[in-house]
Amino acid sequence: MLDVVEAPTETQFEFITFSSGDQSFCLEITQIREIRRWTPVTKLPHTPDDVLGVMNLRGAVIPIFDLAARFGLGTTADNERNVVIVAAAGGTTIGLLVESVSEILSVDKSAIQETPDIKSEAARQAILGVISVGESMVRVVNLDAVLDNDMGGAV
Amino acid sequence: MSTNSIRDTFFEECEELLEALVEGLSAMEENAEDMEVVNAVFRAVHSIKGGAGAFALDRLVSFAHTFETVMDKVRSQVLKVDEELMLLFHRSGDQLADLVEAARDGREPNAESEATILKELEAHLGDADKEEEFSFDAMSLDFDAGPVALDLPDEVASVRRFDIRFNPTPALYANGHEPLLLFDALAELGALSVSADLGRLPEFDAFDPNDAVIDWQLSLETAEDETVLHEIFEFVDALCDLEISVCEDADPQPAPAHIESPAAPSLIDLPDMEDDGEDDDDPAPALVQVASSSKGGAKQAAPRDEPRGPRPTLRVDLERVDRLINTVGELIINQAMISQRIEELELPAVAHLTNELEAYKLLARDIQEGVMAIRAQPVKPLFQRMSRIVREASEATGKKSKLVTVGDSTEVDKTVIERLADPLTHMVRNAVDHGLEAPEKRLEAGKDPIGSIRLSASHRSGSVFIEIADDGAGLNRPRILEKAVEKGLVSPDAELSEQEIDNLLFLPGFSTASEVSNLSGRGVGMDVVKNAVAGLGGRVSISSAPGNGTTFTIVLPLTLAVMDGFVISISDQTMVIPIASIIETIRPNRKDLHYIGTSGEVISVRGAYVPIVDVARNLGLSAGETDISGGVLLLVSTETQGLTALRVGGIHDQRQVVIKSLESNYGAIPGVSAATILGDGKIALILDPDELVKLNPAAPFLPPASSARMELRHA
Repeated sequence: MLDVVEAPTETQFEFITFSSGDQSFCLEITQIREIRRWTPVTKLPHTPDDVLGVMNLRGAVIPIFDLAARFGLGTTADNERNVVIVAAAGGTTIGLLVESVSEILSVDKSAIQETPDIKSEAARQAILGVISVGESMVRVVNLDAVLDNDMGGAV
Repeated sequence: MSTNSIRDTFFEECEELLEALVEGLSAMEENAEDMEVVNAVFRAVHSIKGGAGAFALDRLVSFAHTFETVMDKVRSQVLKVDEELMLLFHRSGDQLADLVEAARDGREPNAESEATILKELEAHLGDADKEEEFSFDAMSLDFDAGPVALDLPDEVASVRRFDIRFNPTPALYANGHEPLLLFDALAELGALSVSADLGRLPEFDAFDPNDAVIDWQLSLETAEDETVLHEIFEFVDALCDLEISVCEDADPQPAPAHIESPAAPSLIDLPDMEDDGEDDDDPAPALVQVASSSKGGAKQAAPRDEPRGPRPTLRVDLERVDRLINTVGELIINQAMISQRIEELELPAVAHLTNELEAYKLLARDIQEGVMAIRAQPVKPLFQRMSRIVREASEATGKKSKLVTVGDSTEVDKTVIERLADPLTHMVRNAVDHGLEAPEKRLEAGKDPIGSIRLSASHRSGSVFIEIADDGAGLNRPRILEKAVEKGLVSPDAELSEQEIDNLLFLPGFSTASEVSNLSGRGVGMDVVKNAVAGLGGRVSISSAPGNGTTFTIVLPLTLAVMDGFVISISDQTMVIPIASIIETIRPNRKDLHYIGTSGEVISVRGAYVPIVDVARNLGLSAGETDISGGVLLLVSTETQGLTALRVGGIHDQRQVVIKSLESNYGAIPGVSAATILGDGKIALILDPDELVKLNPAAPFLPPASSARMELRHA
């Protein structure tokens, strides 16, 4: 398995951008295993709202999170274009439900800006940095923070 | 990198050798006269020493050397094995294991115990005659400094002459050995003369360059001990015909282990050695057979054929096996999917598909069983480790005890064995510490002063049973109850049955020892054992008879990967419940259902009232079945609540399911033990009845987020 956190020596990074809760996010491409169409999941009892359930990924049982709900941006509405991004961090594989996937973004390391000094500690934890693309701003998701336990609240 | 992998191999081998050592030692306990066993022990120690030398693990080498030297004296019957020596050997074996472990992990071994044991071992050497002791020193120097000439005063030891007949087999050359190097090593010990016997050399036409046709006759004058000579031939002794005889009348050597007639039929005399004349008729006082070449006169030493050796095995990376198991699991799921799809097609019966499908199913099951068997290992090494625990525990408590193992060839999944080590250690310690009485008390009770701990394993009806039984005083139930009340674990006026009192032992924070002893009672109680066993899908139970001892029984599933389950529906979901936990299924009759209070429901089962737990409600999936007489009740026995009836929507199927962990990617979910993939590719949760009844629907499971996710990253 690739070590995703200690990135390569190259300064060029590739990200996949997607939207969730009407905001634009991205994940580094090496963290993403695959992108799947949404299929009904098996619900888990006694889990918070952002845990949608578990899905069968070729024999592995992976949990599916609603990224928007995870970030406190409301639940993702049912839509044909909804996709599940299967991502791996450490030894854990998870699925993230997002509204839609947009494009592959290839940027230089210098183009990634630090997360602006905002008040919310949780938000700073969840977002590694921001990339400005034309008019809009893309947030780089910290996958570890998505997995982390004290992240249940709103951003 | 490559050095590391060689090193790893060495430590893997060490583990096997240590196992052989422990096994040999326990065999010695029964029959110390059996030279085959003594030799096996000696070889194990010697091989560890040899390997350790190659990696410059000096402490290990020197300890193994001392151990080996004492062992050698037993081998040569200088030292008589008694109970005390046997105990010392056991402790030395333990120490050797510790040293190996310390060397592997690169940490500092326990110097104190090492020094004590070394001293005791050396004491046994001290008993021997001067000559022996000297030769011991010489050997140790020899080993440390490699094949450098010894700078010991020659005059101390008497010079003797050895006749060596050395007939290599083709295998010796094939394995890359070079006789010249051996002769060089011998030459360093003293004056050596070598002559080649070309008697077997064929005509040039018939000459096969791969054959070994030259035999050697050597004569060595040295002050060295005979064992030193044997050490030189150590690595070729299975690949050649070797005879070493001492040509001296005043032989200070002890009687050797194997005495054979000196008349070697294949020996051809060549009149070329300077001392030949005087020695030829001189009856060699002893002809020593090299320890490990078991077949005496075999001309062609077959590839090392040890009567007690293990069967040939293959070393495979565990990860590969696991990958194979996973893939086979997929195959089973895939097979179920195909079956289901074909059924849905409703093909005409003439399609003959069912037979092939059935064959496919059986094949898939066969493969699965075969693959599972790869992971299965005998419990023997685990049990052997316990003998050390018993020894140490007895020593610490001043009790006398022995370990009896039964059924140690019983095979269990490797993971089970690994994860059982700690709980078993704890239970065995407990058995010695709390279970057995002091020797005086045992005598008073008319028992053998040596207590016995019986460890047994067996397969019974698809489960593995492991029993830890002691023949001690049995559980002191009044004291257990008193203690539990004192600790506030039960209310003082509670009326408990014997069974219930016994089960108090499994409560967290329970320890009967009033004083914290060295061994048990460190705050880790039987609840840890119980949790560990439950984590493996098993359960622990106790039975005890006053005066006759206590038996703990661990029941484990054969494998962790598959399970028989009922496919049930809960609310609108499909779930699986382990069949093993279900005692009975009941389709309830309205007249058998009764209410207690506003929400308590019970069902009368043959006169007894059993509480009903609505699974859907406990899982927070719905308000429960609307029609209380609907659904099916599954009667289960739980630890917390005794007999309980679980209400489920219905039972659809009974099948073997592949267990998929939820914890690896998510975390623990209360009431759910794992998940599985059904024939249609959907995931079904596997319920844990015990946990399920603990969930109280009245007070909804609080903080749902933190508890479930606590283990998320660490699961």
